[in-house]
Amino acid sequence: MIINGVTIDATFAEAFPMKATRAIITAHNEKWALIAAQAMTGFATSVIACGCEAGIERTLSPEQTPDGRPGVAVLIFAMGGKGLAKQLETRAGQCVLTSPTSALFAGIYSDIKIPLGKNLRYFGDGFQIAKVIDGKRYWRIPVMDGEFLTEATTGQVDAVGGGNFLVLAESQPQALAACEAAIDAMRKIPNVIMPFPGGVVRSGSKVGSKYKTLNASTNDAFCPTLKGMTATDLSPEIESVMEIVIDGLSKEDIDQAMRVGIQAICDLGAEAGIKRISAGNYGGKLGPFHFHLQEIMA
Amino acid sequence: MSALTFTLKTRPAQRVDMSPLVCHQLQGKDPDQIAAIELQSGNRKLRADELFTISGSDAQHIIIKNSFEKLDFIGKDLAGGSISVEGDAGAYLAIGMTAGTITVTGNAGLYAGCEMKKGYLEIAGNTGDFLGGPLPGNKMGMKGGLILVKGNAGERAGDCLRRGTILIEGNTGDYCGSRMIAGTIAVMGQTGRYTGYAMHRGTLLLWHTPPLSASFNDCGTHTLAFLPLLFKAFAPLHSKFADHAAVFNRVRRYAGDMAEMGRGEILVRLEQL
Repeated sequence: MIINGVTIDATFAEAFPMKATRAIITAHNEKWALIAAQAMTGFATSVIACGCEAGIERTLSPEQTPDGRPGVAVLIFAMGGKGLAKQLETRAGQCVLTSPTSALFAGIYSDIKIPLGKNLRYFGDGFQIAKVIDGKRYWRIPVMDGEFLTEATTGQVDAVGGGNFLVLAESQPQALAACEAAIDAMRKIPNVIMPFPGGVVRSGSKVGSKYKTLNASTNDAFCPTLKGMTATDLSPEIESVMEIVIDGLSKEDIDQAMRVGIQAICDLGAEAGIKRISAGNYGGKLGPFHFHLQEIMA
Repeated sequence: MSALTFTLKTRPAQRVDMSPLVCHQLQGKDPDQIAAIELQSGNRKLRADELFTISGSDAQHIIIKNSFEKLDFIGKDLAGGSISVEGDAGAYLAIGMTAGTITVTGNAGLYAGCEMKKGYLEIAGNTGDFLGGPLPGNKMGMKGGLILVKGNAGERAGDCLRRGTILIEGNTGDYCGSRMIAGTIAVMGQTGRYTGYAMHRGTLLLWHTPPLSASFNDCGTHTLAFLPLLFKAFAPLHSKFADHAAVFNRVRRYAGDMAEMGRGEILVRLEQL
């Protein structure tokens, strides 16, 4: 398949089941809501070493938030419910509770509830106040700038993590420009995050390593400087490869995000130095979710 | 199916225990069985059809017409459905209610919403003492749900309130929120003496500064984030509390009762910034 001169490989991205939650952070203004959200979703690019994958889903207008202030929705993904709950609580406690004027609310509801402010309340040292409003329990924790208001729990849902595609370009600036265009388009899609810095990964990994202590190492088949010394997957004109990883609340959400992202890149076309779109997989043996690029773009 | 309607024929001299006439107890009964239900009145038992003209068949929607202040225990332990009282209600209205809706177009007597656990109670007129309180000797009053009083409330409104919300558009008597354990009471009108007396925790949200006891300490003026959420929850009500103009988040906070646990608060409305 070729779109606007860009070859879409007959391959697929392989993704895994994850557990996810959404939290809504509000603050005095959007600037401070974003600061809290960025802190909460920092160091959360990959479950390999961060414990979770997290990102800002979208900003919310005052009409869209529970307390009528500007807000930000963040999504957090982890491999299991326990890990998700731990990460959520730690990040809420260290990054949102501490952020001036912030408040924290559940962004998703399900039968499985995980603590949001339920345990942070102990920071109140006995001065905390519970309020049940409209069937939802909130905690008011006295802090130095006033009160930190937080919902007690949020919902945990099944999700999909690790959707991806690779952008193969003639130069590094061209690969970066293409990825930026894709991320701009993909950020408009709800229920997904692209957890890596700016949404883009330059260091895609393969499973395993020559070093016994590492379970992941550089994806040498896609490293342009190794074209002459490894079983490369790159043609001679490819000088830079970047990857976009997507976590979503459902397979369909990731499908849609991949579609608009790849389309945005193809709109730039081969003239912008973009030669191929490929994807990372493990032969289909590890992850139950397969995203076939040509089916998505059909 | 039309609502099951009990229209009072004549006002009996003695008080009447209406507790058998609740939705879950009438469900599935045929008209003859409902007519034969015995209601205690003074030292006598009266058949339901002696007191009321009975019409309709939907036991999940009960209407009591020509009601007056001697019909006690209306909606006792109501577990779902709705009861509409046209007129006044007697004492112990909605006592122990666990779900459903009760509305009264007139006044209610003592102990309305007593030990109520969930559901919605609306009184268009005034109500007597111990609104949402516990039975004498019991330690906990209302444990959940919402009570809206559009008129005034008597003394000891919200006594020993454990959870839930009481909204009063009018005034309250003395000891409003006394011995309160938790929950929220909001009063738009004036409150009497000893407001929040011996309260442990919970919130009294007032539109006017009450005559405060010395055991309440001034914590200053604040903008509280939970208040807009609270008012948003009131928005579906047919009440002054749902009026957009009623919404505020600037309050003066008094902590107390320091003679008790002291974790309660009286929040008094301030001019908004």
